[in-house]
Amino acid sequence: MSTQSYKKQDAYSLSSSPDKMAVFQECLQQFNATPVNAKKCRQLLAKLLRLLYNGESFPSQESTTLFFSISKLFQHKDQSLRQIVYLTIKELSQTSDDILMVTSSIMKDIQGNDAVYKPNAIRTLSKVLDPTTVTAAERLFKNLIVDKNPIISSAALISSYNLLPHAKDIVKRFSNEVLESIQSFKQFNSHQFELHEYYGSATSNLPSTSYMYQYHALGLIYQLRNHDKMALMKLITSLSEGVLKNSLSIIQLIRFINKLLIDDNSLQLLPIIINFLKHKSDMVELEACKTLINLQNLLTDEQEMMVIGTLQKLLSVPRTATRFAAIRLINKISIKHPEKIMVCNLELENLINDSNKSISTIAITTLLKTSGTGSIETTGEGVDRLITKMTSLMEDISDDFKMVIIEAIENLALRYPTKVKKLVGFLTDLLRDDGSLELKSTIVDALFDLIKFLSDDSSKQLILMNLCEFIEDCEFTELSVRILHLLGDQGPTTSNVSYYIRHIYNRLVLENSIIRSSAVISLAKFAAVCGGIVSKNIIILLSRCLNDVDDEVRDRAAISLNFINHHKKNLIVNDSKYDLAVLENKLINYLNEEKFENEFDINEVPIISNEEIKSLEYNQKINKTEVEEVKEEEPEVNKAQDLLKQQEYAQELSMIFSFGTLTKSSSVTYLTDKENEIVVSVVKHLFTDAKKLVLQFNIQNTLTTTKLENISVIVQPDNEGYQEESIIPLEELKPNQTGVSYVVFNFDETDIIAGFGNTLNYINKDVDEEGNADPNDDGWSDEYQIDDFEVLGGDFITGLYGNFEQIFEKIENSSTTAKVISGSSLEEVIEKIKNQLNMSFMDGSEFVSKDSNSHVLKLLGKDVYGGKIATLIKLAFTGGKIVGKIEVKTETKVFGQVVLDSIF
Amino acid sequence: MGQAFSFTNIFGKLWGVNKEIRILILGLDGAGKTTILYRLQMGEVVTTKPTIGFNVETLKYKNITLNIWDLGGQTSIRPYWRCYYNNTSAVIFVVDSTDKDRIDVACKELHTMLKEEELQDSALLVFANKQDQPGAMTAAKVSQALSLTDLKDRSWSIVASSAIKGEGLTEGLDWLMDVIKDEQL
Ligand SMILES: Nc1nc2c(ncn2[C@@H]2O[C@H](COP(=O)(O)OP(=O)(O)OP(=O)(O)O)[C@@H](O)[C@H]2O)c(=O)[nH]1
Ligand SMILES: [Mg+2]
Repeated sequence: MSTQSYKKQDAYSLSSSPDKMAVFQECLQQFNATPVNAKKCRQLLAKLLRLLYNGESFPSQESTTLFFSISKLFQHKDQSLRQIVYLTIKELSQTSDDILMVTSSIMKDIQGNDAVYKPNAIRTLSKVLDPTTVTAAERLFKNLIVDKNPIISSAALISSYNLLPHAKDIVKRFSNEVLESIQSFKQFNSHQFELHEYYGSATSNLPSTSYMYQYHALGLIYQLRNHDKMALMKLITSLSEGVLKNSLSIIQLIRFINKLLIDDNSLQLLPIIINFLKHKSDMVELEACKTLINLQNLLTDEQEMMVIGTLQKLLSVPRTATRFAAIRLINKISIKHPEKIMVCNLELENLINDSNKSISTIAITTLLKTSGTGSIETTGEGVDRLITKMTSLMEDISDDFKMVIIEAIENLALRYPTKVKKLVGFLTDLLRDDGSLELKSTIVDALFDLIKFLSDDSSKQLILMNLCEFIEDCEFTELSVRILHLLGDQGPTTSNVSYYIRHIYNRLVLENSIIRSSAVISLAKFAAVCGGIVSKNIIILLSRCLNDVDDEVRDRAAISLNFINHHKKNLIVNDSKYDLAVLENKLINYLNEEKFENEFDINEVPIISNEEIKSLEYNQKINKTEVEEVKEEEPEVNKAQDLLKQQEYAQELSMIFSFGTLTKSSSVTYLTDKENEIVVSVVKHLFTDAKKLVLQFNIQNTLTTTKLENISVIVQPDNEGYQEESIIPLEELKPNQTGVSYVVFNFDETDIIAGFGNTLNYINKDVDEEGNADPNDDGWSDEYQIDDFEVLGGDFITGLYGNFEQIFEKIENSSTTAKVISGSSLEEVIEKIKNQLNMSFMDGSEFVSKDSNSHVLKLLGKDVYGGKIATLIKLAFTGGKIVGKIEVKTETKVFGQVVLDSIF
Repeated sequence: MGQAFSFTNIFGKLWGVNKEIRILILGLDGAGKTTILYRLQMGEVVTTKPTIGFNVETLKYKNITLNIWDLGGQTSIRPYWRCYYNNTSAVIFVVDSTDKDRIDVACKELHTMLKEEELQDSALLVFANKQDQPGAMTAAKVSQALSLTDLKDRSWSIVASSAIKGEGLTEGLDWLMDVIKDEQL
């Protein structure tokens, strides 16, 4: 055996870089020599810089010595040497105290006429100056900023920017010069490059100016003006009319405007951005589009079409980066408003064959969204065509891209159930082709999700049958096992049970032991659920397994047979499971309390039915795809977290009240601005057994010199069904403290909807810095009106997942009404109803296309007493109003009216 | 590139005069160091600012290349002088002859400097500067105040000068060249 080893190293890693001490020694020697050899010194400095850039540093003694020997290089006039000397000094300036020793030399270079290293000198000067010496450089900087050489002006502007933290007052005095510079036209000195040996004579193609100083000047002036909104707006307006020639500076201008728009709602600036939608630079156009997309709610339809028009144009430019950026923006719009970008379909389809695979993939995922909208007939065609295109494309794209597309298809199918068959066909075809485990897992995952969430039985069956075929010839054990498990769960309730049993039994004969064991369990489920003749046949099949060579298979067969024969269905299939998050929490508490003489009570852990789990997962799925891009600020809290939160509430409340089990807690609603001096929020807790509503007011005192005492909220319901039982006030709140006050109501379960008006009551006392009040000060009492809130159906209902049509049909008790619902758009109303009812949207009915004037919502939920609720709402936009025809079916009688009343 | 071949070059090499001679100009702040440096280099009086750090210029004087370092004389900068002593052929110490109050300080700085190992072989030229001003001390007075006669094992000379009028500078430099040629080349 060879003992040689080889360690692969990054060509640029430290290990191959020069030895620190050797470089140090050589530097001293070369830099102190007379005369100095410029070329050698340059090479040495390059080595040294590389060490420094890699994060190496020298001990302070060495560092000082090094600095002084480098300073001696100022005796040499070589331009390139001088430039690299400056670079090095800038690096060393961060660690050396002796840096001031080069001040005079730098000043001399700045005042000299050598344009090659003058900018270097200027930039270095800003590192060398300190608050005591900066005044001396004031005049100098003013002159440099207005220098007609753009490179020198840029260097001075950047340096001033860097000086801001150290000498803001001085830099402020440069304002006029900076403005003058922005508005000027500076050209490169034609000799600028010729002077430099590197460029030699190849100077003919160089641009005459880049206007880059405008970008630098804009950055600086913004820093100087941004405290004064009026001045800033004036500046922006004056710069918006053709003054700026540099693209980066325009982009920066757009960003500044965006900030003003968001922070101060300065709407009058919006047209400036709109104007930049047509510009000769791609960059500017893209930035304008990007900004406007995020400001969508401020745009008119026409303006929005202009944005899309610009993006559409950019989709077919030669530059790949631009196409990529444009299609990403289009994709972003398509997530919420696919109908708006249908105009780009032609361009998008061309991009499917783009040589850049990132572009083609986004093109497809975007098209998948746009084709899903519109009327059924045209869409059908669109999807067909798209699938054909994709099928041909799929062959030459990598697995990574395929996976992106698969996810897009899954989402499309979830949103538009009418397209399911086509899309499932595409997925199953793909499943049959060759592919890695990862790719196939993605496809299988997608199909699993579809089975779980689609309400249509025939497409479910289609998928199951395809999966059966797939495992006939599947090289991945792990996928076969998952599919067998799924078949066991879903197969027994379908109409062609024997088809599945046949395929599963084939596994028992043909596959390895792991798959065989899964097949055993799968079959057992059929026996348990179907019973009768099916059960008998399966008993025969399983009996054969008792002789299997593998003991796991034999064991599973034996135990399954036992359960089947003794009719222990529950041990084979179960339709609910414990809430694992809560279970874990309870167990941890139990272990921490260490009272092991008491048995752990499993009954305290809520059981979630399969349907509830599904609705949870469905929401997560839909929200995930939506939330990802659209709302980054407020991540949705998922239900598992809600349950945990509720556990915490339950624990806190049980220490104060004895109302039995907490039924449901609402989310937090703010009753004041979050910037208020006293911030108040409310959580509504419901105890249905005790018929109590506990309002928990979280009160925060953000004042720094005032203490609040005896704080309570006076709550006035507008419904006599609510009778106040008690108030638990908050004794005191020191500055920056947060506390809780409770108000308890008895309620009448037949009449639960109410509005609550609220007033905060407290005593004010001034306090000193330590937070102590004068004991003789009685303070003064104060009242403070805070926002109202309502108790609506949603506070008594949780979302539910299921087959809407079936549930709606099955429930008999029905109520209907038609009413005007306040709101300016269908979208807004849907969002409102979501909060009012707290029910789950079925069949993707949450999504509405913007140009449509009517929409149907299908909602499922469960009230706190366990009754199912199905609500069908037909919304129509007529005469500037939104009218809703509501039909509610409820198992608990009173909830019909509750739901109707909750929508307004 | 032209021809790197000329008579003076060969001649210079033969006589060893092609070597650069490194000279430091030291002295208290405001003594006139920077004024002297540029008077020598450009032949005119420039307006100066107090030197934070140093100025370095290379100039030809009678066919000899001089590499002259003018270091700032402010109290805060004096400690850094020693970083530039290495390899120095001569020190030009400039005194403001009108500044009687600080002549003691100048004396102290001079002697501390000359004690340094690295300067043992350097020649010393003192300019008693600003002679054009009324009430300026004479060179002899300055020499006395600086205790120059105490110096052993060192070639030194003191010359009365005025950087503004350009007097005494060449005289001093001529002396320096002679000494250096004799002793070091
Ligand atoms: N009247 C007169 N003034 C002089 C003479 N030499 C220099 N000065 C003036 O003295 C002042 C200081 O001169 P600098 O050359 O800057 O002095 P320095 O020694 O370089 O000072 P630092 O850089 O601070 O160490 C300037 O105003 C000069 O014009 C001289 O011979 N006669
Ligand atoms: Mg000076």
